[in-house]
Amino acid sequence: MSKIHVTTSVNGDAMEFLCDPRETLLDVLRDRLNLTGAKEGCGTGDCGACSVTLDGRLVCSCLVLGAEAEGKEIGTIEGLADGEALHPLQQKFIEYAALQCGICTPGILVATKALLEKNPDPTETEVRYWLAGNLCRCTGYDKIIRAVMDTAADMRADAKETS
Amino acid sequence: MPKDDVKTENFRFVGTRPNRPDGLDKVTGRAKFGADASAPGMLHGAIVRSPHAHARIISIDTSKAEALKGVKAVVTRADFATDVTGENWNVLENVMASDTALYDGHAVAAIAANSALVARDAIKLVEITYEVLPHVTDVDAAMADGAPVIRAGTADKSVPAGLHPNVVRYHDSGHGDVEAGFAEADLVIKDHFRTEATHQGYIEPHACLGMLGGDGKGELWCTTQGHWNVQKICSALLGLETSQLRVTASEIGGGFGGKTTVFIEPVALALSRKANRPVKLVMTRSEVFRASGPTSSTSMDVKIGMKKDGTITAAEGVFRLQGGAFPGAPMEMTAMCAFAPYALKNVHQVGYDVMANRPKQAAYRAPGSPMAAFAVESVIDELCGQLGLDPIDVRLKNASKEGTKASYGPRFGRIGLVETLEAAKAHPHYSAPLKPGQGRGISCGFWFNFGGETSVSLALSMDGSVQLMVGTPDIGGSRASLALMAAEELGIPYENIRTTIADTASLGYNEVSHGSRVTYASGLATIEAARDTIKKLCARAAAKWGIDADAVSWEDGCAVPSGPNAGDFDPLPIAKIAASMGRTGGPIVGHYEATPEGAGVSFATHIVDAEVDPETGKTGIVRYTVVQDAGKAVHPAYVEGQFQGGAAQGIGWALNEEYIYGADGRLQNDVFLDYRIPVASDLPMIDTVIVEVPNPGHPYGVRGVGETSICPPLAAVANAVSAAAGVRLHELPMSPPRILEALEKQRDG
Repeated sequence: MSKIHVTTSVNGDAMEFLCDPRETLLDVLRDRLNLTGAKEGCGTGDCGACSVTLDGRLVCSCLVLGAEAEGKEIGTIEGLADGEALHPLQQKFIEYAALQCGICTPGILVATKALLEKNPDPTETEVRYWLAGNLCRCTGYDKIIRAVMDTAADMRADAKETS
Repeated sequence: MPKDDVKTENFRFVGTRPNRPDGLDKVTGRAKFGADASAPGMLHGAIVRSPHAHARIISIDTSKAEALKGVKAVVTRADFATDVTGENWNVLENVMASDTALYDGHAVAAIAANSALVARDAIKLVEITYEVLPHVTDVDAAMADGAPVIRAGTADKSVPAGLHPNVVRYHDSGHGDVEAGFAEADLVIKDHFRTEATHQGYIEPHACLGMLGGDGKGELWCTTQGHWNVQKICSALLGLETSQLRVTASEIGGGFGGKTTVFIEPVALALSRKANRPVKLVMTRSEVFRASGPTSSTSMDVKIGMKKDGTITAAEGVFRLQGGAFPGAPMEMTAMCAFAPYALKNVHQVGYDVMANRPKQAAYRAPGSPMAAFAVESVIDELCGQLGLDPIDVRLKNASKEGTKASYGPRFGRIGLVETLEAAKAHPHYSAPLKPGQGRGISCGFWFNFGGETSVSLALSMDGSVQLMVGTPDIGGSRASLALMAAEELGIPYENIRTTIADTASLGYNEVSHGSRVTYASGLATIEAARDTIKKLCARAAAKWGIDADAVSWEDGCAVPSGPNAGDFDPLPIAKIAASMGRTGGPIVGHYEATPEGAGVSFATHIVDAEVDPETGKTGIVRYTVVQDAGKAVHPAYVEGQFQGGAAQGIGWALNEEYIYGADGRLQNDVFLDYRIPVASDLPMIDTVIVEVPNPGHPYGVRGVGETSICPPLAAVANAVSAAAGVRLHELPMSPPRILEALEKQRDG
């Protein structure tokens, strides 16, 4: 089967690749672009471990075809930190012990960043429903929710200071 | 170890909450898990699985698959060792069927190809002729007369005569006279309980990358809770010399017991040996559900007698566990844990290990114990209700204490059940008012904890920093807790210690990360290895000062003279000794190898408030509090994390999670959409109380904490549902249809 040539942008870097029409965006990220931060937990869009953004919209990359990345801007966990400077969510997740095994962490961070961009002041219930598509089997979510709520509060305070 | 040797106070590092050493890697996507590895020339594997619950394999024709462009190797059972015996034979049979497929999803053949897509295409071209056989998946049905026999002659000598051949092991224990005890009771309740199989549900599927050459030397990278065990089993299944296979554990994306054995690792190695190329094999989620270890399903009868004052006079339980198409269901654990929280004069427990056409069960967090607690703690709750007694007071009245003869035989040492009950009773949650339609449940839980073979090495670097090598994969933050213990002994900053999970070629044998053993056993070994290092550091200082080694002590990261008589020397810091170690005797490495046997048992008490929607039968968890004895919490945040994670898994087991088999014996819900683990919107915050009753078997009093937390939730939630809805459910999960059915029955009288 002939491959498709795709030109795209990942975390702001121009990228191109050849992929089989059946390959998912997750396959391409992991196997062709060596960006293994997004994880495959289910392959059916149920666990959220493969969460990335596609033109700013949160998606399960296992449900997107690699070919669909043509001309789009993809954001992955590898683009969350600014060089050495961690995103406040990353910092807070470490500080709050909001991860145990860490396999769901990249997806949860990408999903949460998307939430806070949309809604900088979410209630606990809103955070819980937003993250209902990101399964974590280790933590019982308690420390994750606390980390997200407190990061949001910090980011609001920072935004106020700089404005 | 005498109690006086346990350090319980004046800790500098232990008990603090520093950032975990693997935190940065895990929040940036850099951490390498099982499926994140690749190798030059790597092939991708895929496995052909039986669509039948029970079928004789008549023939396997791989010619069409082999003809597909890109296919490099095909293996079947013929490609594995033939001299395998005992449990290894069971594992091999599970990894690759011989003449009969024993469950839906049982591996029959495997293919390696130059891409994952080609491998997946190729497995569809393997032509297998099956003769479908009668099957059985239910535990009671599998024990009944006329049930299809899974494998004749499997039963061991423990099984009494006259039982079905699917009953393969039997357990009977207890003490006193239960009949006399029941006669003394004012109220005796006997009930039947059932629980469905659940899956550990780790988010990372099994994944590995194997290379095995014609010279019998191999390299294996895999996600596992215990790579020495993987090395031992894989080398046996492939006919290799154990030491020739080096196994490296990847970061592990959850295990909960399910990654204590092997499934795909020997297959990747067999494919690699045939293709002469590295082979990567990753399970799909469906394969994880169909072919990696779920828990046992159970059928249980529990009978308990109680006096009006709450004294339990006798307890009896029969526990039947289905463990898939192989022996090994942890029914003796179920039986032995069932009544362990209580000091009983008369107790009797019986267990049956039953085979059925399901995947081979694997350990899941306190294997066997949560189901027992569900049955026993439900009956105790019912007794309390009918006698009008407070459930915590009744448990306090009967609680096991130091010196109690345990229901499973030995006398307890220092334990903390009473302390967890008292803390639960004093917790504001226990006295908080409930809203209409809500109910409160409580339950206790017990797990043994475990020690096991442990080997640790601690090497000093030239600048005085420390490399700590341990052999227990980090499944919950153990690198942080082990570094804290090393820092405590050495008196150097936590950040100066790098903890590495060493591969099988770099340390002595290490038992799997299971049995809540890591912080206990690897912790004890780390402390001893640090003490061994300190002894060597002190000897260097003694030589420098020209005094006896006995006259040197270690304080705050420095060698110091023990007292005024030892001489007047300035403290010698670790970095100074390290800088000169090359010319003062060579590298300084401390180590410790042992099989520690003092893992203290652990108890917990959970409080839960639930509300049941009478329209839909859906149960909501409103408030949850975990109280558990940790002995000593080394890194309290990760102890809380274990408490919360266990509670969440237990809530899932209680309310939603179950293996659903169709009449055809096929698993109906092999995706996360249909096998529903708790999501963030299902749960409230989970409050935790860490009780610390020191374990005399650890230098700092540490007890394992990972498993006990999943023991109480099943019953605690059932008791809360009973209080909220006025109906008692005897079968898990308490899914909406089951609750609606119970409510309808109640309405119909």
